[in-house]
Amino acid sequence: MITLTKNTVCALVAACALAVSAGGAMAAGGGKHYDKQDWSFSGPLGKYDKAQLQRGFQVYKEVCASCHSLEYVAFRNLGEEGALGYSADQIKALAAEYEVEDGPDDEGEMFTRPAKPFDRFPSPYPNDNAAKSANGGALPPDLSLIAKARAGSMGPDTGIEPLTDLVRMVWHTVTAYQEYGPDYLYALLTGYEEPPEGVDVGDLNYNPKFLSGDALAMAPPLDDELVEYSDGSPMTTEQYAKDVSAFLMWAAEPKLEERKRVGLNALIFLAIFAGLLYFTKKRVWSDVDH
Amino acid sequence: MATSEKAEPTRRDFLYIATGAFGAVGAAALAWPFIDQMNPDASALALASIEVDLSSLEEGQSMTAKWRGKPVFIRYRTAKEIEEAKAVDVASLIDPQTDEERTKPGKEHFLVQIGICTHLGCVPLGEAGEYDGWFCPCHGSHYDTAGRIRKGPAPLNLELPPYDFISDTVIKIG
Amino acid sequence: MSGHSTFQPQNGIVKWMERRLPIIGLAHSSFVAYPVPKNLNYWWTFGGILAFCLMAQIITGIVLVMHYAPNTAIAFASVEHIMRDVNWGWMLRYLHANGASMFFIAVYIHIMRGLYYGSYKEPREVVWILGVVIFLLMMATGFMGYVLPWGQMSFWGATVITNLFSAFPIVGDPIVELLWGGFAVDNPTLNRFFSLHYLLPFMLAAIVGLHIWAFHEAGNNNPTGVEPKDAQDSVAFTPYYTIKDLYAIVLFMIFFVWMAFMVPNFLGHPDNYIPADPLVTPAHIVPEWYFLPFYAILRAVPDKLGGVLLMFGAIAVLFVLPWLDTSKVRSNTYRPLGKQFFWIFVFVCIALGYLGAKPAEGGYVIASRIATVWYFAHFLVILPVLGLIEKPKPLPNSISEAVLAKKGGSAAAAE
Repeated sequence: MITLTKNTVCALVAACALAVSAGGAMAAGGGKHYDKQDWSFSGPLGKYDKAQLQRGFQVYKEVCASCHSLEYVAFRNLGEEGALGYSADQIKALAAEYEVEDGPDDEGEMFTRPAKPFDRFPSPYPNDNAAKSANGGALPPDLSLIAKARAGSMGPDTGIEPLTDLVRMVWHTVTAYQEYGPDYLYALLTGYEEPPEGVDVGDLNYNPKFLSGDALAMAPPLDDELVEYSDGSPMTTEQYAKDVSAFLMWAAEPKLEERKRVGLNALIFLAIFAGLLYFTKKRVWSDVDH
Repeated sequence: MATSEKAEPTRRDFLYIATGAFGAVGAAALAWPFIDQMNPDASALALASIEVDLSSLEEGQSMTAKWRGKPVFIRYRTAKEIEEAKAVDVASLIDPQTDEERTKPGKEHFLVQIGICTHLGCVPLGEAGEYDGWFCPCHGSHYDTAGRIRKGPAPLNLELPPYDFISDTVIKIG
Repeated sequence: MSGHSTFQPQNGIVKWMERRLPIIGLAHSSFVAYPVPKNLNYWWTFGGILAFCLMAQIITGIVLVMHYAPNTAIAFASVEHIMRDVNWGWMLRYLHANGASMFFIAVYIHIMRGLYYGSYKEPREVVWILGVVIFLLMMATGFMGYVLPWGQMSFWGATVITNLFSAFPIVGDPIVELLWGGFAVDNPTLNRFFSLHYLLPFMLAAIVGLHIWAFHEAGNNNPTGVEPKDAQDSVAFTPYYTIKDLYAIVLFMIFFVWMAFMVPNFLGHPDNYIPADPLVTPAHIVPEWYFLPFYAILRAVPDKLGGVLLMFGAIAVLFVLPWLDTSKVRSNTYRPLGKQFFWIFVFVCIALGYLGAKPAEGGYVIASRIATVWYFAHFLVILPVLGLIEKPKPLPNSISEAVLAKKGGSAAAAE
């Protein structure tokens, strides 16, 4: 039998706090506050909403893709398990809308051809320098990992900093909430404002949700009615921002559903195994005073 | 205590066996990902079939396509080569196979085969050897104009990949 | 691992083998018949948990190497290839990355257990010193492993940590160039870190072997700190502690699986999903969480060389701990003052970890300085003095007596 003494409890709390506090303290983003959103894919049972991913993909395709690449995503990925739910034929047709460079051919020349499912999304620019010069010196980041490469959500605020850090870390760990990236992207895409009195952002755009500073090069990319949805979802900036954030989370973490499913099975197995071991251990030790 | 002593061993055994069996199942399940990770990955599987355009190939010319990391020899055979291949007495071959069995009906002039010697995996040379087909320099295997083994240590004809004509001049391999 | 084996083989093949290479007898005397004090609590299971962590890291690591490419041009992409294309690749990488954190959580608990129960005292000084060597190797391995994905934190972490050596006068800069194999962290650096990251775990495993050998020679310490007196005080390692350790390992695995499958990026840093860029430093760079207490010590000192020396000193002081603690009593259970100072020390370490993650400004710096001073004072002042002035509680005569007293005590409390 485990007898939990006061010291043991202290020590356990301390040990977990050490691990988690440090880890989570790093995740806090630049002192700005971000709101948690409802995501279908958060929590231990989370799954992507395929219709949402398809809408988000549409927003990416029609808006973001003109400047942002999606380097690590291949067309075939869109049809994989836990992805957007497209069929093989749909993906073939979709890929054929894009031109990719191939070669060299027999004469040594590079040529373009319609993309195939195994190709990755072609970049809108031939290289980073071209991308920079076309965007006033600012490089539009690749979006395939953006949802994991940015973190913003602050979670519950207790008013006392170390305590806030601790509550967030423990609570988000226990509830398996890790959607800081989409939270941030949503906040950023809906965070554009008129600059307040006396603030001059020059050629940049004022957005107090931006992680580094209050002004960024990207002009507000979304607007109501900008993208034509065919499934009756509201065609608002908020809805677009939410859908495209979800899509980018999928792009960054395409194996999320498989991961959570395997993890849950492993946890159930381990819990039963631990129970069996507990009784076995008790039985083995039953003849020893300890 | 004394009364339960007789029943106890079986209950104890059951517990131990259940725990052990559970552990064994868990270990086996855990082993699978570590083995499966060596199988071809998703990017390799996506390239498992290729399309090759044969329209630029003229009579008497050959080309080599790369399929699943292996060379695929595609030859537009001349009438003389086809004739030679058909004239052979199939029963006399090491690995008996007719010329028709090695080509697609109506497309007999195209011979599509995996360019790997069935002996020990070298790549044979084209238009060479005693039978005007392929010759493997590693250990001297001679293949005829239909890619059939005629002489040397190789046991089998050159392997044929699974392929189909998806149009008059385009084939899909794999 | 020592003395003549009492193993008496019955099977003919085993007898034949024992006559020639007594390896089964060695395993038997080390892991089956080996006597262990019967009163070890669950804090002692972290040794077994650490062995599990090492095995898990080596196995997942070997498998990851089958897909990873240590070249600056493609390292980042090869990790994404693992995450997206390789069968189970996402799982293997998340297990390996989180496994490093699990390893450090377990080792910190294991070290704290050793500190609380005085497991470093005579005759276990060598066990302790080997343990500190293992800890150092773990830190080197963890650091180099973090560089391999070649993200922004990989690159800048490598830059900052290697630059620590530039603090040393005269030899500093040549050492740093030697580490880099160039004039900045670059492809040669990545290649050698990869090589060493693969090598060090096996050296680690060898030293773990010595660590186990050493404490099998001295015998396990136990929560009373009183050495076993007769056969009544000990039980055989198998089945008693094999089953208990296994149970604890499975409980630990539940935590591990939760972290690796439910919040796999929680202990990582988002910036490491941005490919390394030698021209742009991220706004806040922090090391992996397990280095944070030492990072806080480094930043607490306003002098470059001083900070580096103090940071290394924080580990160096552990080597001489067996000779700094003057108390004759091992276990803090019987040291009323020692126990209190132990918990203060734990708090200070956690505080240092927290401060290491915060920006080096304002109140954080002052707090870091106080905590740093306390960290060193604990070893250099408190422990030496405490042993001289403290009046310990009476020790039990034997482990069995302590067990009986505890049983009686808890039985009385239950009534």
